[in-house]
Formats: sequence, C-alpha cells, structure tokens
Amino acid sequence: MAATGDAILEVRDLVKHFPLTQGVVVRKQIGAVRAVDGISFDLRRGETLGIVGESGCGKSTLAKLLMGLERPTRGSVRIKGREIAGAKGGELKRIRRNIQLVMQDPYTSLNPRMTVGDIVGEPYEIHPEAAPKGDRRRRVQALLELVGLDPDHVNRYPHQFSGGQRQRIGIARGLALQPEVIVCDEPVSALDVSIQAQVVNLLARLQRDLGLSYVFIAHDLSVVRHIADRVGVMYLGKMVELGRDAEVYGQPAHPYTQALLSAVPVPDPEGRERRERIVLRGDPPSPANPPSGCRFRTRCWKAQEVCAQQEPPLQLRPGTWHESACHFPQIHDVIRAF
Amino acid sequence: MPPLPAWGAPESEPLLAVEDLHVEFVTRQGTVKAVNGVGYALHPGETLAVLGESGSGKSVTAQAIMGILDTPPARVPKGRIRFRGTDLLGLSEDARSQVRGSRIAMIFQDALSALNPVFTVGSQIAEMFRVHRGMSRRDAERRAVELMDRVRIPGARQRLHDYPHQFSGGMRQRIMIAMAIALDPEVLIADEPTTALDVTVQAQIMELLAELKRESDMGLILITHDLGVVADVADKIVVMYGGRVVENAPVHDLYRAPAHPYTRGLLDSIPRIDRKGRELHAIAGMPPNLLDMPPGCAFAPRCPYRQDDCVTAAPPLHRIGSTRGSACHYWREVLDGSHG
Repeated sequence: MAATGDAILEVRDLVKHFPLTQGVVVRKQIGAVRAVDGISFDLRRGETLGIVGESGCGKSTLAKLLMGLERPTRGSVRIKGREIAGAKGGELKRIRRNIQLVMQDPYTSLNPRMTVGDIVGEPYEIHPEAAPKGDRRRRVQALLELVGLDPDHVNRYPHQFSGGQRQRIGIARGLALQPEVIVCDEPVSALDVSIQAQVVNLLARLQRDLGLSYVFIAHDLSVVRHIADRVGVMYLGKMVELGRDAEVYGQPAHPYTQALLSAVPVPDPEGRERRERIVLRGDPPSPANPPSGCRFRTRCWKAQEVCAQQEPPLQLRPGTWHESACHFPQIHDVIRAF
Repeated sequence: MPPLPAWGAPESEPLLAVEDLHVEFVTRQGTVKAVNGVGYALHPGETLAVLGESGSGKSVTAQAIMGILDTPPARVPKGRIRFRGTDLLGLSEDARSQVRGSRIAMIFQDALSALNPVFTVGSQIAEMFRVHRGMSRRDAERRAVELMDRVRIPGARQRLHDYPHQFSGGMRQRIMIAMAIALDPEVLIADEPTTALDVTVQAQIMELLAELKRESDMGLILITHDLGVVADVADKIVVMYGGRVVENAPVHDLYRAPAHPYTRGLLDSIPRIDRKGRELHAIAGMPPNLLDMPPGCAFAPRCPYRQDDCVTAAPPLHRIGSTRGSACHYWREVLDGSHG
C-alpha cells in the first residue's frame, strides 16, 4: 500500500468547540467543550492514516468534521483541493461523493426496514448522476460481491445477517459512489474477535484493488498498527504525536504515547512479570476545561514549570525522526510483542 | 436440604467446581441451549480466565454460579455447582442469598447501569454492611470510606455523598469493586470488568484487582474476550465456544501450543509486527446459532481440521497430560501445529 506522494486530504488547524450554555429563557454561553482543538495533517493517495486515542480525545468528532457532518469552528478540510468545511448545498454534495464513512456499530447504522439492496443503493438516490436508474441493481449486486456477500441476498433485511456481514453491507454502501477517501470510525471494535480479522483483511484488499485512502480511527492499537502506514495519537483534542507506524510504535517520543503503548495488554504470557508498564494516574481531564499549556501535564511524570505555561506544538524535535508535541521528548523503546 | 457451605473445606477440594452444567432459555423461537455441559474448577488464590465470544455461554455460566439467572425463561436442567463441597443448585433461595454477595461476589462490565443512580455511592457501599452484617448506619459508613480508600478513590470521605453519575467510568468500576469485596468474598467473578474502559484506565483496574488478590486468598474468575488481558493475569484458561468448554490449560501452555483449532485460530488472528502488510489469519464463517446447534462439534463448520466424524459426534473433553484438556478429536494434530 505505497502512498504516492500527493495529498488527497489536507486538514489545517481544525477546531471544533461545542458551546456549553446556561439558562432557559436567556441562554448564555458559559464555556465550550473543546472536542477538536487545532489539528493538522495530510492524507496521501493510497495511504492509511491511523488515528488512535482514548474516549473523549475527539477522534469521532474529527471523523464528522472530515465528512462535513459537523461545521468546524475554525480551520479547513480540503479534499483534492476543494474545501468541505464551509461548503453548502450542491457543492457540499459533490465534494462528499469523494469521501465516505464506515461506522462502528453495524446494528444501528443500517435501517432495519430497508432491504440490503436499498441500503447499498441509497447513495444513488441522493446522487442520481452516479449511476443510471436501470443500472443500479446490477451495480448493487456487484458491490455485494466485492465485499464478499452473496449478490442474490439483495432482498434480505439487515437482521438476517450476522455482525460481520452487516459491517460488510456498511462497507459496500460506503463504496457505492466510488469515493477515493474512506473514513473508518472504529470499524471492527463492535465485532467478535474471530470476525475482526475478516473485516480487516477485506479493508486491506479493497484498498489494494481500488486504490483507496483510509483515515482509520480506532482505539485498538494492534489493529491500527497492522493496517496503518502512518499513525497519529490524539489526547484531549490535540494531536500529540504523528509519524510512520514503525516510528510511533517502535520509538514513541511523547510520554502519553509511551504510556498508552505500555498499557496495552500483550497477548503472550511469556515474560509478563518483567514487562515494563507505565500506569498513569487519574483520568483524562474534561475537554471543557483542559489544563493550561500541555494538556497531558496533569498526568505526566516529566512535567515541569514550562509545561504549564507553554503549549508544545506538534513538530520535529531534536533526536527524533517524527513529529511530537512535548517539551521533553525522548525516544523510549517500549518493547512490544504486537 | 444440604447445609450451607462450610468455611475452609479440605485442601483437596476445589473452592468452586462447575460440573456438567446445562442452561437453556425457553423463547418463542424455540429453546436456546446457551450452556451445554460446562465444567471448570477454581482453587483459592487462583485466577481463572474464561475466554469466549458473545454467545459462547461464558456469562450465562457465571450468572448460574451467582444464582442471578431469571427463571423462567432460563432453566438449569442438569449440572452441579459445588462451592466448598456443597451443591449451590440444591440450596433454598434463602440459603443461596446468604452466599451471594458475601461469599461469591460479582462485578459487571457496565458499572453505570449496575449502580443505582438515585442513591449516593456511600450509601450503596454501606448497604452491604447494613444488610449482611447488621451494622449501624454510622459504622457502615465508616467501613465504606475505608473500602473506597482501599480501591484508591481519591478523597474518599468527601466523595461518599456523590452520586454514580458524578464519577468517571474508571472510578465507577472501582466503586463496583469496593462493593464486591466489601464482605471479603472467597470467589470474585469479574465479567468483562474493563471492556468499557480506555486502555490506560483498564491497566489501572487490572492492577487494582491483582493487588486485592495478593492481599487475600480470593479466587478470581475473569470473564473476557480479550486475549491480551488473559495473557497478563490468568493462571489457568478455559476457552468456551457454542456453550461448551473447548479447551482448558495453564496459561503458558495454551499460548505456547493451543490444542483446539478454535484457540489456535484466535491466536493466529492477532495482528503481529512480523505479519504487517500481509493478510491476517481469519477464522472463516461465523459463530453457531444457539437455536439450531449442529449435532457434532459446534466449531466443525469453521474448522480447518474437520473430518467426517466431527459432524456426527461431539468430541468429549480429551485429557492431555494431567493439566489440560481439548474437546477436539484431532487435538494431537492441532498441538503439533500441522494444519489439517
């Protein structure tokens, strides 16, 4: 899955604040949840960018912003040079043809009263120019075959399929408009372990065959490592580390990445007594009231005065080969078996 | 009516032994055979991991041990659950409720729905002491604060009068654990205790459980689908599939050389560094329909080792050496690592 250089998706200083209001008659804003707070990255053609982070870090809000489902407070999202962030109406519709979403829960993301054929073919109702009416059924059947489902099952309903098959239906729907970018928001985390590998393999095969670019959002670090070319680590609305998978996993520079990697249970009991584990104190702070300076400093064992005063930008730092947002970056080799 | 289980029975006797347990649910679509002849044993101080996917019967077995199955629709047509030598299934509801919570306790995946939203956490923890130990309100509250300290809830005294929604997910799971260990149970069943939590918080909770176990001789049954969590903490593993135990083994043996095709498939499907960019080994097909179980081995339709006899005869749990077992006719081939 070699990425071929040019950026297909450009994200610059993306910010999304959800206002917190008080009062029923006279509503006044008393603050904001800073879900995504200044994120920039490029997605190259044919590349998979993994985004990892824990709940509340803003990764799902990021997915919605990329899709144009939420309006950003500030910043820009460009797909092949066209701005989706401020687009409206027909313009938004046209841009969206190029970016599609695969959702986490295959049980709630499919309408139970629609047949599989109608679900997968629904994008053609919204974008009639994508496929002539007479051709749609054939296309839907071809899509089902592409994702490994029986094309004769177009008239069945979602409840007649298992979780893994439903996720395949969701993927087929995502492919209907032949997009170049697919945003996968936790695409396998609702599935049983024995089914996850099937869906991961399917996504990898589709990428090879169709030349897709993925933004792959997940909390399962081993799945992301398997599929991603580059990885971004998010914490409280910020990207704290971004680099090639081998760099971020093999030589993490940010203390949060190090703690996150060391906390993942390794599926091998060999040597478990000697394994190094950084157990963080406490819970992540609220995104409505993030700490000053570096947002991770309240749980960081390296924090000093400067961390409370200055926010470390995401940049290349001495002694490292990829970007990190820490005043005291230090490559730390958390030995992993996954 | 058998007497209540004695405290501290003979050494040879396991603390808890499930034997040939069957549980079924009578539904409008038919009888769902959720648990079909499950057996496992837990010794004091031991951590037993029960590994399985949704529908494998791992949680239903735990609910049968706790005696919290809704009957009907659930039915236990067969089996024994011996705790300190006494069959819990033969006890009266009254006698069982004296065991439940105080001697066998359980924590659940979703702490928010397991806690009562309209009572403070302090009063919910204190209730354990008031109901089971007959303590006064003041004494029970004092013990509640001690417990909250013990499970490392910062500022326990100030937070005593907070409600569950005011705590984070990790803190709520700590409160659940505090309630579970309040009466020093001999067996603690943890059903996916960290599945709903983030990785860094999961590490905190697993560390807390390990610490509590070191402090007492409690046996821990950890129910999970996560091969990583199991490898981290378990002494022994029971792998369940389609309502049966398909393999049991000490943890190191199982990861080094699985003896059942399902276990092997699960271990092979884990993404590994050296396989990056290549296809993952996926187990073909999907889990069995419990309403319509195949007559032979439940895993046969997905199994690369399948032979004709697998479809007709369900394999018994073959003993392998003295410490492990596999419910596969061809466990020798699986153990050798040769693909059928």
